[in-house]
Amino acid sequence: MTSIPAPLTPALPTYLDVRRGLVSWLTTTDHKRIGIMYLCGILFFFLFGAAMAVTFRLKLYSPGLHFISNETYNRLLTLHGVTMIFLVIIPSIPAIFGNFFLPIMLGARDVAFPRLNLMSWYCYMTGGLFALTSIAYGGPDTGWTFYVPYSLRTSGNVLLPILAAFILGWSSILTGLNFVTTVHRLRHPAMSWFRMPLFIWSLYATAWVQIIATPVIAITLVMVLLERFMGVALFDPSRGGDPVLFQHLFWTYSHPAVYIMILPAMGVVSEIIPTFSRKTIFGYKYIAFSSVAIASIGSLVWGHHMFTAGMSDYARVTFSFLTFLVAVPSAVKVFNWLATMYRGSIYLGPPMVFTLMFIFLFSIGGLTGLILGSLATNIHVHDTAFVPAHFHYTMFGGAMVVFFGAMHYWWPKMFGRMYHFGRAYASAVLFFIGFNLTYFPLFLAGVHGMPRRYADYLPEFTVYHRTSTIGSWIMVAALLLMIGNLIAALFNGKRIKDRNPWGGATLEWQTPSPPPPSNFTAPPDLSRGPYDYPVEVQDP
Amino acid sequence: MSPHAALTPDTLAPHASAAHAEHYDPVACKIGMWLFLFTEVLLFGTLFIVFAVYLTLHHFDFASGSRQLDKLLGAANTMILLTSSLTMALAIAAMQRSNRRLSVALLTATLLLGLAFLGIKAHEWHHKFEHDLYPRSATMLANPYGQQVFYGLYYTMTGLHALHVIVGCGAIVSAMVLIRLGRVRADRIAFIDNTGLYWHLVDAIWILLFPLFYLIG
Repeated sequence: MTSIPAPLTPALPTYLDVRRGLVSWLTTTDHKRIGIMYLCGILFFFLFGAAMAVTFRLKLYSPGLHFISNETYNRLLTLHGVTMIFLVIIPSIPAIFGNFFLPIMLGARDVAFPRLNLMSWYCYMTGGLFALTSIAYGGPDTGWTFYVPYSLRTSGNVLLPILAAFILGWSSILTGLNFVTTVHRLRHPAMSWFRMPLFIWSLYATAWVQIIATPVIAITLVMVLLERFMGVALFDPSRGGDPVLFQHLFWTYSHPAVYIMILPAMGVVSEIIPTFSRKTIFGYKYIAFSSVAIASIGSLVWGHHMFTAGMSDYARVTFSFLTFLVAVPSAVKVFNWLATMYRGSIYLGPPMVFTLMFIFLFSIGGLTGLILGSLATNIHVHDTAFVPAHFHYTMFGGAMVVFFGAMHYWWPKMFGRMYHFGRAYASAVLFFIGFNLTYFPLFLAGVHGMPRRYADYLPEFTVYHRTSTIGSWIMVAALLLMIGNLIAALFNGKRIKDRNPWGGATLEWQTPSPPPPSNFTAPPDLSRGPYDYPVEVQDP
Repeated sequence: MSPHAALTPDTLAPHASAAHAEHYDPVACKIGMWLFLFTEVLLFGTLFIVFAVYLTLHHFDFASGSRQLDKLLGAANTMILLTSSLTMALAIAAMQRSNRRLSVALLTATLLLGLAFLGIKAHEWHHKFEHDLYPRSATMLANPYGQQVFYGLYYTMTGLHALHVIVGCGAIVSAMVLIRLGRVRADRIAFIDNTGLYWHLVDAIWILLFPLFYLIG
């Protein structure tokens, strides 16, 4: 092994130490610092949401009423959903890694509207604060879907979580608007559309979904508040309203929202797989366009959440067909990733391990999605534990596992230090075991008729619930190990400075780690494409 | 001089500095504004869909509800907003020709027309409230279902629209202040331009609201 030459440039200030102090962070317009601030917020809310889940899973350890009351259970369940969806998964990859790397990967200095970007973060934190505060006022017990007419009448606190979702919607819209404008205006002159990294393509498609879908939920939730607090007749069936209309409007946003969650993750996978296979991506254009196809078709499938809610057969068949159709671009991606790995020189670094785990778990989530998307089988498993199991396989096993992969992929770039590999591998394996123990039994329980959301169950379901609860403990241990390992790396990880530990070919690997405030110390070299391998790997 | 100062991004990659907060990119401002207007269209679009569904469900109640609204005041408000869009467009044209005084005068006219619209709207609401036609009032609850929903949508949609007019008035006042400060100029027109776009959108939404509520009777 050759020794690494000392860096030729004298130490430049990095984005982390160019200014110091809390105020310098809270008033920053640097996209990298805003990304880090999102990271802090999102990790906090992630652990908060996980703590709630572990608590109500503990109650489900055995049947009967004990440990926490049914009301508390309902509130924890609701707040877990609101937190994980609106505060964690939706912003996770775009707001953290999108903010940090979108401008760098485009060869730009910042996003198009840096001050708006900071405002989005404040919206995010305000929304989070509202969600947290709602606990003190009883908390919501409606489920994260806020279905009317229950949300109009419940004694739980609906105001604060709905306001939270509304404000978080603004944060999401502003980020999307910022990213679309940035991609159009700030690409390096040499970076044509088809030289953009696929992560950028997926962020671009996601940003459009954020812009198109979010206003619908914003106004729908406002209508719920108007009806609940001002008595304006809008959805209440006892006053001429139509609750199914609410469901349509809700899912018009909330189904595209799952693509807001998964598309950026797919973009990250499209970066990690070629880098760790040392091989150019297979079918670049197909992956790029499949992101756009998923974003477009995915906006037209919301009705599959309502197959049993009352819809014409014609509408149900159409929604079912479109749901199956969205599997096509998703499969295009998966097959292209596998083809990329085929005959590649695969290096199983921690980011790659998480990515492979994603492909496995997301495939289970995707295939069970077809069961839910078929009209006949849907009737059987609708509103059973099968649905949350499917959902957690796609969103937690999908989007969040890639989020973990992204943290392990870009952590050295963001902080200039490498984490401990052994502990990273251990956390990945432990997580995989805990995850499957937690969620797979729920598929079985669901098929056997266990309803979702219930605080109690028949003794026949004990084995599924007990396995699931034990799995949740293993999973939490894995998460604490993983996050602890990453945080410990900030203090005593090996410095990597100017090196490219994974041999990535996108522009962020051309700048020092951590990057300087202006992103590049020399003009970025765009003579090679984002997937032109091999790139010299400087031993991690 | 620190080595960092020598390597300013402007010397390295001039295009990259376009993102800098101080840098002015009118095209980016325009794109951002159109995207924002797009979200506004979807916000109101959702309400229009709700309106369409309930109009189908409660056709006759909507018609009788509509007959209770004052067509004359609604028509007057339509004329007022259309005129305000004209003065707004002229204000921007004046600014493009560096005629600050004319621009400010036209903006003032737009602002006054906007306030007149709000005044008439407030009068209409007040009138309805006097007749005990507010949400959850005794008279309202005695009304048929369809009319309750009609008024629910009436208050929601005209209320949200009025809120947008108020925000638009705020933007016009800010534009006038920025013109005074010299931060909006013929070569730096994005703010007043975007204010105009916003104002036209608010106007366009009213053009749809007026027939839907006042003329279906």
